[in-house]
Amino acid sequence: MDFVNAIILLLNYIFVPALAYGSQLALGAIFVTLIYGILRFANFATGDMMSFGTMFVILFTWYFQSLGISLGVFPTALLAIPFAIIFMVGYMLIIDKFVFKYYRTKKSPPVQLAMVSIGVMFVTQAVVRIIIGPSDRRFFDGEKFLIKAGEFKEMTGLNEGLAIKSTQVITIIVTLILVSTLFWFLNKTKTGKSMRAYSDNEDLALLSGIDPKKIVMTTWIIAGILATISGALYGLDKSFKPFTYFNNMLPIFAAAIVGGIGNPFGAFLGGYVIAFSEILLTYAYRKFFMYVLPESMEPDGLIQLLSTDYKFAVSFSILVIVLLYRPSGIFKGKVL
Amino acid sequence: MRKNLNVIAAYSIMMGLIILVGIFQSWNIALSIFNLCLISAVMTMGANIQWGYAGLINFGIMGFTALGGLAAVLISVDPVQEAWSAGGSNILFSLFLIIAMVLAVRYILKNYKKSKNRTYIVAAIIILGIVVIRFISEPGIEAIENVEPAKTGFLGGLGLPIIFSWVVGAFFAGGLAFVIGKVALGLRADYLAIATLLISEIVIAIIKHEDWLTRGVKNVIGLKRPAPYEVDLQQTDWFINLVEKFNSNKLSIITDLTERQATLNQFVIEGSSIFVKLCYSGLFVAVVIILLILTQKALYSPWGRMMRAIRDNEEAANAMGKNVVKQHLLIFVLGSAIVGIAGAMLVTQDGLFTPGSYRPLRYTFLIWVMVIIGGSGNNFGAILGGFVVWFLWIEAAPIGLYLINLTTAGLDDTHFLKVHLIESVPYFRFLMMGVGLLIIMRYRPKGILPEKIEIK
Repeated sequence: MDFVNAIILLLNYIFVPALAYGSQLALGAIFVTLIYGILRFANFATGDMMSFGTMFVILFTWYFQSLGISLGVFPTALLAIPFAIIFMVGYMLIIDKFVFKYYRTKKSPPVQLAMVSIGVMFVTQAVVRIIIGPSDRRFFDGEKFLIKAGEFKEMTGLNEGLAIKSTQVITIIVTLILVSTLFWFLNKTKTGKSMRAYSDNEDLALLSGIDPKKIVMTTWIIAGILATISGALYGLDKSFKPFTYFNNMLPIFAAAIVGGIGNPFGAFLGGYVIAFSEILLTYAYRKFFMYVLPESMEPDGLIQLLSTDYKFAVSFSILVIVLLYRPSGIFKGKVL
Repeated sequence: MRKNLNVIAAYSIMMGLIILVGIFQSWNIALSIFNLCLISAVMTMGANIQWGYAGLINFGIMGFTALGGLAAVLISVDPVQEAWSAGGSNILFSLFLIIAMVLAVRYILKNYKKSKNRTYIVAAIIILGIVVIRFISEPGIEAIENVEPAKTGFLGGLGLPIIFSWVVGAFFAGGLAFVIGKVALGLRADYLAIATLLISEIVIAIIKHEDWLTRGVKNVIGLKRPAPYEVDLQQTDWFINLVEKFNSNKLSIITDLTERQATLNQFVIEGSSIFVKLCYSGLFVAVVIILLILTQKALYSPWGRMMRAIRDNEEAANAMGKNVVKQHLLIFVLGSAIVGIAGAMLVTQDGLFTPGSYRPLRYTFLIWVMVIIGGSGNNFGAILGGFVVWFLWIEAAPIGLYLINLTTAGLDDTHFLKVHLIESVPYFRFLMMGVGLLIIMRYRPKGILPEKIEIK
């Protein structure tokens, strides 16, 4: 019985939150990787683009709420996401037309494009803060828990409860649907295949008659969809604050590089690698060992490998180690 | 002379703007802008050495700035004797263990061939070492943090004059840069950018949470000053006389004796804070000029020519027998050390160390905007960039407010749009920086004062 309790404990505090957090990171990491693989630059505006998309989700959610439209047990934000995506994609295409296109046609070095993306970062950040303000926003409504800790205890008669938030389930399901559609798109459709060809060898792709304009536009559209959804899911699960979104850029980059930058599948798994290692290394295992070990061997301390303050540091250390030993990432950064 | 005309023009316009602020707002504001401009200029010189001379992207400026600030604390604060006796020995022993661990790893890496076993042994040593060090240092850290947590709760520093920390800050930052450089300089340019950005976040995390060393988010306040204190100045005779002499015109108009004394006191209080700021300005100007001379000399020396050759074509420089890796490491360390000086200067000026205030936007990306706008590869450009961008960063709010009032003049004062815009005035500075960066990158990619290399 104690053993089951220990497993439930780990599920509740490590597995479920890490899975949800990992999914959010994974979507962001695929966004980074797509931009890197096809447009060939490190996009430092990632976090702010995500907050820009989330801002529209929030605005639409408020609008729908004021009209009295809701999805019942589901959060209204799910209804708002498609509308937000339209605006987000529009924004991405406008930015590309007025900013990035010039450098792409000039074939500037990737470093210069990264620098330009910092300019975009500043502008996007300003726009988000001017429109919605820098403060914390919660826009979640509907049923909060799928299983409550107390109900679970009653149901199973265990000491440990398992609480599953509905946002966590929504995050995981949406991620699975989105990522499988994306991989289907990249591997089976003609446009997806030409995108991969373009990322693999630009000159050869152009020779075989692939239209670069179409490729770039599709990339920005997919990027807009990914950015909006991952931002909205993170905001639903935690809360929306422009500054946290800017900071989220760091673990997302770590995930993309750990998985081998330019490789969407690697980025997808990289998100989970980062999330799980962050939570595994900073969790206090005291209670777990109390269940597993006999009473005489009960630990005194918290049995915490690292204090939670170093959450970010964990992912970066993993990144540094990976960069040192396998600069191309765990999954061999083959281009797209 | 003619060649330098645009440099002189740009600098005179900049100084004119600061003087205008002095006349229209107040000399206090003008001087504090000027001082921070000088500090920003030192930071941009550091970044410019790395980016402009060698083409290395360092997005870890925030980390080096914070290390410089840490140096200021560790040098100037008086040692806390109780804390040392409570946990000092544990900390020293842990430090010794860390050194031993590093040496052991080095020994193994040097004397054994690369194999799976070697990797496992190194990993085992590191993991075991971390566990042992944690075990030993934990009680010491707890004891130190329990010594008067409201006032001290950390080891304190050496109790030396804070000026020394400017040099020590450079060494701290340079040392970290050496380690990072050894690890990360082999990476591609954009990987290096991401890696340094993340490493600087780690540095901040450590400074924030290792309370026994830095007091963490509890901040260290009341650091020693290299300049006199305002309160002391207000009671010194020669200073009061000086103020009286300066303001004799205004004072002579007032006939009433008590009123005259009151006005004089007002002038003395104002004057004292201006005087202190002027002292700082003097120190900072000296640093900027020394660094400028050194960097200009370096730029036109054979070494500078070699750096440019490496930047423009690494393979060719390598083929000519130049050691690219070594030079990259050297320049990475030098540039970071300069940023460390700036970090120590910043803390010296503020008189307090607040680890929570180090944010990448302000200390990394803003500095990069300065470098790009000013003109990469040109030291005068880098300094000018520091001045222009910092000036705009501070004055963006008034300018933004003016523009909002101008564009929404037709609206009612209580109109929701106008109220909302006026509330969000502080964020217009981000917009200004972003648009400025994008425009400069597009239409003048080499900055306001572009790099000009003449063979002398």
